Amino acid sequence: MECINAKFVSQKISKIRWRPVSSSTLQQPDIFATGSWDNEDNKVSLWSVGEHGFSKMDDDFEGDPQLLCEYQHNGDVLGLQTLSVAQHWDRAHHYPCDSAPCTGVVCNSPEIVTVGEDGRVILFRVDHKGILRTIDNADSSTIHAVTFLRTTEVLTVNSFGQLKLWDFRQQGNEPAQILSLSGDRVPLHCVDRHPNQQHIVATGGQDGMLCIWDVRQDSMPFSLMKAHSAEMWEVHFHPSNPDHLFTCSEDGSLLHWENSTNSDTPSFLQGGRNTSIMSRSTVVPVGGNQSLTSSWLGGDSSKVHLEATHMLPTQTLPVNSLDVLGQCLVCGTDGEAIYVNKRVPV
Amino acid sequence: MGEVDVDPIITLIPGIDSGQRHLGFAWGPGDLLTYETQYKSQGAGSVGQACPFVHVVRKDEDIYSPILRKLFNESHYIFVGLQRIKEEVPSKNKKPQFISISKNYRSVIRACMEELQQAAVSTHDTTLATQYGNQVSILLAVELIWNLCEVLFIEAAPAGALLRHLLDWVRLHKADVDEKAQEVLQSESPVQHQAYWDVVVCYVLQGRMEEAAQMLMKQASQQPAARAAYKLMDTLLTKMPVYSPGGTQTQTEFDVRWRQWHQECNRCLEDGSFASYSQLELICRILVGDEDTLLAQRERLSTWYHFLVTRLLYCHPIVKPTELHYYAQASMDMFLDARSGPEPLDSILLAAFEFDIHQVIKDCSIALNNWWFVAHLTDLLDHCKLLQSHNLHFGSNLREFLLLEYASGLFTHHSLWQLAVDYFDHCPEFGRVYLELQIERVPLDTEHKAVKVLRICEQRQMAEQVRSICKIMAKKALRNSRLGSALSWSIRAKDAAFATLISERFLQEYCSHGTFSDLDLIDNLGSAMLLSDRLTFLGKYREFHKLYGEKRFAEGARLLLSLMTAKIAPRNFWMTLLTDALPLLEQKQVIFSAEQTYELMRCLEELTADKAAQDADRPLQVGRLSAGRTGRMWETWRAGRWDLNGPSCSRILQEDDIEATKVELLRLALARNLALAIVKEGTIEV
Repeated sequence: MECINAKFVSQKISKIRWRPVSSSTLQQPDIFATGSWDNEDNKVSLWSVGEHGFSKMDDDFEGDPQLLCEYQHNGDVLGLQTLSVAQHWDRAHHYPCDSAPCTGVVCNSPEIVTVGEDGRVILFRVDHKGILRTIDNADSSTIHAVTFLRTTEVLTVNSFGQLKLWDFRQQGNEPAQILSLSGDRVPLHCVDRHPNQQHIVATGGQDGMLCIWDVRQDSMPFSLMKAHSAEMWEVHFHPSNPDHLFTCSEDGSLLHWENSTNSDTPSFLQGGRNTSIMSRSTVVPVGGNQSLTSSWLGGDSSKVHLEATHMLPTQTLPVNSLDVLGQCLVCGTDGEAIYVNKRVPV
Repeated sequence: MGEVDVDPIITLIPGIDSGQRHLGFAWGPGDLLTYETQYKSQGAGSVGQACPFVHVVRKDEDIYSPILRKLFNESHYIFVGLQRIKEEVPSKNKKPQFISISKNYRSVIRACMEELQQAAVSTHDTTLATQYGNQVSILLAVELIWNLCEVLFIEAAPAGALLRHLLDWVRLHKADVDEKAQEVLQSESPVQHQAYWDVVVCYVLQGRMEEAAQMLMKQASQQPAARAAYKLMDTLLTKMPVYSPGGTQTQTEFDVRWRQWHQECNRCLEDGSFASYSQLELICRILVGDEDTLLAQRERLSTWYHFLVTRLLYCHPIVKPTELHYYAQASMDMFLDARSGPEPLDSILLAAFEFDIHQVIKDCSIALNNWWFVAHLTDLLDHCKLLQSHNLHFGSNLREFLLLEYASGLFTHHSLWQLAVDYFDHCPEFGRVYLELQIERVPLDTEHKAVKVLRICEQRQMAEQVRSICKIMAKKALRNSRLGSALSWSIRAKDAAFATLISERFLQEYCSHGTFSDLDLIDNLGSAMLLSDRLTFLGKYREFHKLYGEKRFAEGARLLLSLMTAKIAPRNFWMTLLTDALPLLEQKQVIFSAEQTYELMRCLEELTADKAAQDADRPLQVGRLSAGRTGRMWETWRAGRWDLNGPSCSRILQEDDIEATKVELLRLALARNLALAIVKEGTIEV
């Protein structure tokens, strides 16, 4: 815990993202953006983490009236994804959905997709003023999050426990595929795609369960894990080391999941108070090619060890957002604090 | 009750002339709404222009300060940590933990103060700077009081050790000496610096003997002639006995040694060792604890409590906690005689020295405009079991009362309300009631926020609030014609009545458009379908459509019939169901068995009988149709040009006629099907 720095920022943080660094350079990310919620005027702020210890500066940003005005209209900042700062500003005034809150935004240069409580999926392009494509009534319930699967495909999760796959090449308002949880329709709040294997997707829901899906095969989740005791707000695969997964939740915890296929190490679960694993053991497609079978889908539970570690000291207030890049992890909470960990063991 | 401790403060509301006008007001949780009334005092005819504004009068502005928000947030963590100690450690010896928690609170106050100071310096806005300045001085006082309470109540040091803590307390709050010393030492010639003696004397006044001696060494090296005198002073300073409570030394031993040292100081003074060095003599006079000399140092001491501690240091180093208040009162009287009287801070500190915790809390509550300080301090003292004797005439106890007030204040804030929840949780008696009342009033702008509020309620099994929040969200969704969303909210709330209402809306929509919306939801209802009868019907009816679409006619027919016979379908929907049966009756193969056909007929008759009973006073509609006309319609329908549920039909015929036609068509189809079924069943049997 000693390498975690906390800073109180006088605003409840709803989203937090690193500014991406080019993968060729080995440097650590040093700038991140935060969005606040539940304030009378919410704002997006940029922070930099200096090389020497922990000097942070609130750079600017309140200066963009268009952004502020939009956000005041929409209320809380619920979606935030940065490629570079300039683009983000460009995009802000595109925020859609009349008065219906927009809940998620994802960017895959140059396309941007937003989803909202009105059940719409809207496609933008950075260099276009207008809306490229709107899917009305994409969902009858609220869409909570969205992620790109491939260049033309996005995956959304809704408050009825469903994942929907949309293909922008197809006309019409029908999803290409629907996957759903069996039993209780637990709302799903977040979704993230495996950075290398596009068919592997992780979701987190209201009951704090972490689900791993294989969108090629099954309409049911591949495995379910009890991760948190309350809503899971975000799930992220580590971008360069996808055996690591990070989740944060309303219960105030942030978990680091490590998946190792090495069968020599003894199986143990560390740190997790309520971490139990219920893996639906499914037959793995027999294929000698190691690179094709991800460790996340390694069905043989005796060989897969999933280790969950609590990343934050005990706390009570919800952790709303996290982002991880390289060895650096940031998270923002309702306790108006930002935690920065610059030495994540990955 | 009834007595007022202090006179209420008069707040003038800008824009309202209280001499001329009458004010109305309404209480809010943390503030007050005032408005001008139309009431005329006797005879005053001219009302004039009334003030069009409603004013919000807030007692607590601090809650809106972005820097102080950090104080609230950070102390929240400490507060929750403190409550956990109680549960985890059963042992009685928790004092070190309480002390460290108290120190944590104080460090948060200090951090906040530093930030405010910086903000005050960097801002160009003078009003803002003054505001920051005021907040800093309040926090300074708060920290001072807290620290003293920590020393006296929580640490509860015995005689001897008590003075060491008090010295630390004074040193911490009179840190300007260090700044001055820094300045002196960094100058080219420290000895020549004008503040040199100032620093030395201040060190001595604070009992920092080693630092004072080091300072003096510099002077000694510059004045070889005075070496002897400086040497003597150095010995006096360094030899002063210090009581260490952990050591082997007993109190009596220390007392003897201290008396020896004291006598030695006296002797030096009497034999005039320092007679030619006025500053050294001054120091020596301080060392013997000469009251007049000390009082003459008023400027350097600056406060009566510094005077008190210095006086204790050089006169009564092993003062007992119980004796403290005599000295405190006396010191205050001596020190303040020139000035008018004690200020609130002085009386609070005096009350602390008198070990009157309740007076401290009471005075603080009056003097400060925020409950933050008293609530947290009282809570901590309560954990130390220092507040048991006191009972209030209202509420449960002092701790809970103050925590509730503080948390209610937080709840009025648009963002800090989340912190208040944990405070309410730790108020065993009224916390839950307060939370129930407050949480319902949190404005829900987004689902994100609603989900958070819901989680808070669900964790505490507040079923009533969960229902009301879900209902609010469902209503909101309904208003935006987001039926699916509304339905999922009412399913979450298990609100059967509302689910029925929404199901009705779905069915209405089907009747008018001929298609269902939000299929993704209705198709996946699962067990949630059982929430209300109407919802079950909706789900099942949709299932029928799915079966029909998949051309699984037999199953579809069975389901359709069971919807009516099991009374799942509402009666007013039967006609639609029967109409839905029409195409099944007209299929080439026989789908409804003879028995099922009888059932259908019975349903139809039941329906028409109902209708007949209703229309008893009107001429029977069915009779008006001639056989020929029915036959024509039949042909049209079979040709597929009619949609009986469609709007085109309604344009052609009157409503009654449609009904009548439908019934006729059904009867015809049923009869034909019955014939076919009997024939078919007969053939199978043979």
